[in-house]
Amino acid sequence: MTNLSEIPVGIHARVVEIGGERSFRRRLMEMGLLPGTIIRVIRHARVGGLVQLEVRGCHLSLRHSEARALTLQPA
Amino acid sequence: MTPVTTSHPLVAIAGNPNVGKTSIFNRLTGLDLKVTNYPGVTVERHEGHLHLPDGSQVTVIDIPGTYSLSGRSAEEQIAIAAIAGLPPHHSPDLLVMTIDASQLSRNLYLLLQALELNVPTIVALTMTDTLAQRDQTLDLEHLRAALGIPVVEVVGHRGRGMDELRAQISQALTKPGQALPGWRWRPEDPALLEDIDQVSCHIPDSWAQGDQDRAWALGIWALLSLDEDDELIGIPDSLRAIARERREAAVEQGREIEQAVISGRYAWIDEHAAPALHSASEKKSRTERIDSVLLHPAFGFMFFLMAMIALFQALFSWADPAIGFVETVFAAISSGVAAVMPHSLFRDFLTDGVIAGVGAVLVFLPQILLLFFIIGLMEDTGYMARVAFIMDRLMRRIGLHGRAFVPMLSGYACAVPAVMATRTMERRRDRMITMMVIPLMSCSARLPVYTLLIAALFAPTRLLGLPVQGLLMVAMYLFSTAIALIAAGILGRTVFRGARVPLLLELPAYRRPHWGSVVRMMWQRASLFVREAGQVILVCTIVLWVLLTFPRHPSLDTDYDALRDQVSTGQQLDGAQRELRLAELDDQEGQEIFLRSYGARLGHVIEPTIEPLGFDWKIGIGLIGAFAAREVFVSTLGVVYGVEADADENSTTLREKLRAETRPDGSRAYTPLVALSLMVFIALSCQCMSTLAAVYRETGTMRWPLFMFAYMTTLAWLASLAVYQGGLLLGYA
Repeated sequence: MTNLSEIPVGIHARVVEIGGERSFRRRLMEMGLLPGTIIRVIRHARVGGLVQLEVRGCHLSLRHSEARALTLQPA
Repeated sequence: MTPVTTSHPLVAIAGNPNVGKTSIFNRLTGLDLKVTNYPGVTVERHEGHLHLPDGSQVTVIDIPGTYSLSGRSAEEQIAIAAIAGLPPHHSPDLLVMTIDASQLSRNLYLLLQALELNVPTIVALTMTDTLAQRDQTLDLEHLRAALGIPVVEVVGHRGRGMDELRAQISQALTKPGQALPGWRWRPEDPALLEDIDQVSCHIPDSWAQGDQDRAWALGIWALLSLDEDDELIGIPDSLRAIARERREAAVEQGREIEQAVISGRYAWIDEHAAPALHSASEKKSRTERIDSVLLHPAFGFMFFLMAMIALFQALFSWADPAIGFVETVFAAISSGVAAVMPHSLFRDFLTDGVIAGVGAVLVFLPQILLLFFIIGLMEDTGYMARVAFIMDRLMRRIGLHGRAFVPMLSGYACAVPAVMATRTMERRRDRMITMMVIPLMSCSARLPVYTLLIAALFAPTRLLGLPVQGLLMVAMYLFSTAIALIAAGILGRTVFRGARVPLLLELPAYRRPHWGSVVRMMWQRASLFVREAGQVILVCTIVLWVLLTFPRHPSLDTDYDALRDQVSTGQQLDGAQRELRLAELDDQEGQEIFLRSYGARLGHVIEPTIEPLGFDWKIGIGLIGAFAAREVFVSTLGVVYGVEADADENSTTLREKLRAETRPDGSRAYTPLVALSLMVFIALSCQCMSTLAAVYRETGTMRWPLFMFAYMTTLAWLASLAVYQGGLLLGYA
């Protein structure tokens, strides 16, 4: 188990739990990122503090600070 | 503004952002477009007309792109209100849901929400032409069978599939039943069913329209959208109360309503519709390969810098010939009119009021067209989202979205197109803060003012080997930028206080730009500016003209006609000298008439307020004149000091006049300290009617331009006061 800000690039991982504010959780889930969904990290932009991931064929970006609220496990 | 009542059937076009919705709207409606604002919010409502194959006419509206119908802001509320037809919106007779085939699941999520509302819906499937690139194939029949509504394949920018879409719209309008499949999934958990049931009882009848399915869908919407600090408008208190009660009860029971509903919809999509899309390979997509360069920590940043330098260069320099052309044309029209008409008040009104005013509006067009061309290109190709990605960390520090960067950068060239460019941000709060600080960035119109004052009052000496004049110029730019960033931080914590919103940025696939839509957007923005902001600018130009022209024939201290006669008939001067003396007399007379105008008298009126800043009433007149455009400050000073009528910042006569000008007590009116105080004032105040007009156009109320004017003038006044009085205390005169 690890959080989204620490998952290495290229690894497929399954979402276990989504934390954070209610409206943030809702927006993430509506974009298709739900517990059980498999995602892949495309890039960690350490300078910009962002993570880019692929969810259901779409590319999304989150801030590392907020990505910590997502718990995942390697799929 | 209330939506127009219409007897034609209403078709709404909805979809996720970046799915080609606008090109379909454009293809359907052609060039006839009406842009208004949705009631109560600053979101544009685009309406057009479509002629169907059977000869009937349909009204088409474009619903702002959204990922979901739930939401917490008034802007997000538009989608649900317009699609469901909640009062005061009209219920659409048909919804055309635009769906990106390459991102099927997420797009279908929005479709399911619309189907739950029992709105007749057909699907316009886009991006099927890009599937092959990604080694994907789509089973259209499978999708049609799963959705149970008509699905039309279209490529909006090429116009492919548009005839079929029109035919389907026509058919669905005559037989809406075919496009009405209703709920595709059902919540199963009894506790959730009870929640929905309870909340749907409090959905107003005017919303549910006697339809139980709709009441349920709106019940779910309320459960997901309403919370303690949402900004939704027109929600009945009882609905708020019950939604809150049920949600809190669910939390206590360890249930998650949002997750249950959203998973329910996605489970249906995953089982029934998503299998229609097959992915053959797992190889890196083209977008991913491009991103590995454009989002690379080093190369990506270099590309970004080059792109931004090009944008800046375009606005600052490349627009110049076109601006010069507009100015030349209007100067020519003006002198043409002056030549054919007899000298009269009406002629002056035409040339200096109306023609100058229209020129003052059109002179912004080159920069507006260029900026929106570049923005359109960046949006269309998908690069704009990458700008937000790259700039997020920096902009976040001052509480802004990464997308605020392009408008703020454009502000160095001109605040007017920059204010219009804030439209590329979704959240109202981001838009407002950005808009409010853009005029603090030193625009190109302030440059002549800085140039004149620095050249006139600071000696060309060197400090640590660097030219003082150049350093001062750089300092003015750094100063205004720092103040703008600080102001954004403060405004975000005070006037536009709001919860910090986590970033959730979609990076859409890279695409080739569609020139048609880019050009169309340029045209749209430009014509909106001319029609709406242009009126305000024209009226202001005329008001300024009146202020600076009347009274027409004041009694003067000197009898200029007598002096002229003396010069003409006298023998002391030869031809050339005589001409020179006559011109001098003309300038002096113009100066004296001008100094007696209402505008000049206003200079006296405001003198007590600007005296503590080191300014006299003549500078006051310059500041009033500067309202037309900041660079006009220079030419107004030219008239005030009786220099040739179109003095510019390089006029040596004007510089000398400034240096020589004294106050009644014999002290110099312009010292380096006064110049510094004046530059600070010009840098921070909102002396620009066109910017205020653009803010009025973008926000739709007088409130925000007034707020902007008030806060910037206060800021400028305080800063100049600190500079001047501080300077005096330190012993500078």
